[in-house]
Amino acid sequence: MSANRGVPAPPLQSRRGRWWTRGIGIAAAVATVCTVWLGLWVTPPDETQGNLVRLVYIHPGVAWVALYLAFGMAAVASLLYLWPRTRSLVWDRLAAAAVEVGVVFNVCTLVSGSIWGKPTWGVWWAWDARLTSTAVLLVLFLGYLALRRVPAEPEVRAKRSAFVALFAAVDIPIVHFSVLWWRTLHQGATVLNANLSPTIHGSMAWTLLLGFVALTLVFVWMLLVRYRIGVLEDWLGTGELDVALRERQAEGAAVGEEEAA
Amino acid sequence: MWRDSLLVAGKDLRIEARSRVGLSQVAPFGIVALVLFAFALGPDRSLMARGAPGLFWVAVLFCTVLAVQRSVSIESGDGARDGLRLSGLDPAGLFLGKSVAVAAQLAVLEVVLGVGVVLLYGARIEVPWLIAASCVLGTVGLAATGTLYGALSAGLRVRETLLPFLFLPIAAPVLLAGTRVWQAAMAGGVASDGSPWLRLLLAFDAVYVALGIVVFGPIQESA
Repeated sequence: MSANRGVPAPPLQSRRGRWWTRGIGIAAAVATVCTVWLGLWVTPPDETQGNLVRLVYIHPGVAWVALYLAFGMAAVASLLYLWPRTRSLVWDRLAAAAVEVGVVFNVCTLVSGSIWGKPTWGVWWAWDARLTSTAVLLVLFLGYLALRRVPAEPEVRAKRSAFVALFAAVDIPIVHFSVLWWRTLHQGATVLNANLSPTIHGSMAWTLLLGFVALTLVFVWMLLVRYRIGVLEDWLGTGELDVALRERQAEGAAVGEEEAA
Repeated sequence: MWRDSLLVAGKDLRIEARSRVGLSQVAPFGIVALVLFAFALGPDRSLMARGAPGLFWVAVLFCTVLAVQRSVSIESGDGARDGLRLSGLDPAGLFLGKSVAVAAQLAVLEVVLGVGVVLLYGARIEVPWLIAASCVLGTVGLAATGTLYGALSAGLRVRETLLPFLFLPIAAPVLLAGTRVWQAAMAGGVASDGSPWLRLLLAFDAVYVALGIVVFGPIQESA
């Protein structure tokens, strides 16, 4: 990075990624491949749902990561940033990384749910409580990401974003209850528990469980990589200003020398 | 805190009384929205009457965005925001004052829109107190959240575009609950149809007013 000469670089290990990040990445890849193999080849098709049941190995895991892990982590990290004693940009970057990865998983949740819903319910989108609150959650956190893109000092941006995450987190239970009452034809959880559990095949249960593990590993790996990119981005941002300043000073010095000559 | 909030609310409302931006721009915008909704639905009056509760609240939500933007822009020039911070007013009082001013303007607006919905869409209101209760609770919640997000986006150059995006999804429960209470009030059935929704609105108000009182100071520092 010759553009940043003179600016202290972040420690080498955080630039390159550490061995355990790679380890988690490899574990995530292996677990994902195993889930795909078990889900597509080993497990039998369901009696009532046929091959459609194979989506169920992925969808709940993705939803768990998106709705609970990622956004829960973002909310906790934002609170820790706002709390004066634990204030550190570490929490800000962690929240940002969690939201960004969470938004990707949230979209995957909605898409995989839609693909499952079209043949099962006959529509791509049902205005059911769980779908609606997931969609509202997605919009709330897209707003968070939009706010983060507004250029600002890292501390100002961190504080602002943390507040937005806090307001959104507080809103989620209210949204959840309101859409639950709004639409009580709700099937999300029962699909898994009532329909499948009584007839669930041994290999199906294991595949489902492995799906959860694989997707959690994928999330953790993406989070770590995104966090590292966040550190590097901040470093690049401060570096660019310093370089520009130095270039202007050099110009001034060159003009001064010419005049002296 | 209370004295400060009255001072700030008085200031904002005096500015509104002299400039009449809300009366001459925001209220007519609300009427335009109602007319446009009618065009979108077609001339079927029974359909309009059925859609009236939701359309009323959507119009209120859009007008809230405008009212909040106006409330922020009052203090955007001449370092007025820094002036307010230097004035030694309690941030919680500042938050409450600005919320009260927005809420007062919204209340007037809701009367206008309510009359508009009854006249234009032929909505029949059977239980007026339910309508009044939902409007009071909804207005408090919208004004509090709007003021919070307004303060958060105050210093941003992209304020006009970012504020609706951040604010409207947060206000979704108010739209849902308000619409349901209105439907209950128009159906004229038992009042208990609306009361869980009124409780939801109350919870929304309590959460965001409390949050605003606590965090408005730090938010101003970050804007």
